[in-house]
Amino acid sequence: MPETLVFYLLAALAIGASAMVIGQRNPMYSVMMLIASFGALAALYIQLDAPFVAVAQIIIYAGAIMVLFLFVVMLLNAPQEDRAEWDRSHPLRQPGVTRFGTLMALLLVIELTWALTGPGRAVESGAAPVSSVREVGRVLFTDYMFAFEATSILILVAMLGAVLLARREGEQP
Amino acid sequence: MGLAHYLTLAATLFCIGLFGVVTRRNTIGILLGIELMMNAVNINLVAFARFSGSVPGMVFTVFTICVTVAEAALGLAIVILLFRVRRTVSADHLDLLKG
Repeated sequence: MPETLVFYLLAALAIGASAMVIGQRNPMYSVMMLIASFGALAALYIQLDAPFVAVAQIIIYAGAIMVLFLFVVMLLNAPQEDRAEWDRSHPLRQPGVTRFGTLMALLLVIELTWALTGPGRAVESGAAPVSSVREVGRVLFTDYMFAFEATSILILVAMLGAVLLARREGEQP
Repeated sequence: MGLAHYLTLAATLFCIGLFGVVTRRNTIGILLGIELMMNAVNINLVAFARFSGSVPGMVFTVFTICVTVAEAALGLAIVILLFRVRRTVSADHLDLLKG
């Protein structure tokens, strides 16, 4: 079944790239790996019959946000986290806390395995796919018009806040 | 492909992001972990919308993407400001609010 194979391939790519994001010491490689993860997720959205979300994912996440991240990483010339600092004694590294965290992680793995193989996995897509971008746009601009406008205000306020925060003190705008 | 597969993938990505937020010392690394967690939420929204055949699920995904944009912009602005004041982006050295 090619669909299943594609899903597992993309899921493995997304999880592997995400793990690399966390595992990398160099922030530059982290951002690159995050772009790969976003690309895999966009392909998954296409498989979920959501082309609009997939395109938005590519344009906004991989295009805008990651370029912003790359820009800041290069601007600050952020040094790599050295291993000595990484392995330093930390309140979260006490044996009791580590044991508790390991126990919780094991519980989560068991739970996820049960979710994949247990009785609840029979939820197949009974509903017709809402793949139409036209339908998404119609609902967005009729039923959720107020929320859409509120979101635009939110973006505007965030932009103003970012400019105000990053501005040098006493500098004329 | 069942709904459970997508939800499991989302849970795994969320946990990876959470682990990154807790363990990374670099402030930019923490922000990247938050981005991963936001993406896991998006997968959940799209998967539920697909498997219940509802359009509002897709619409709300657009809203969460917008919120993520605002969060990233403000977070990076704060990182730049912190670097200008303290000359470091390591979260261990940022204890301005410690009493």
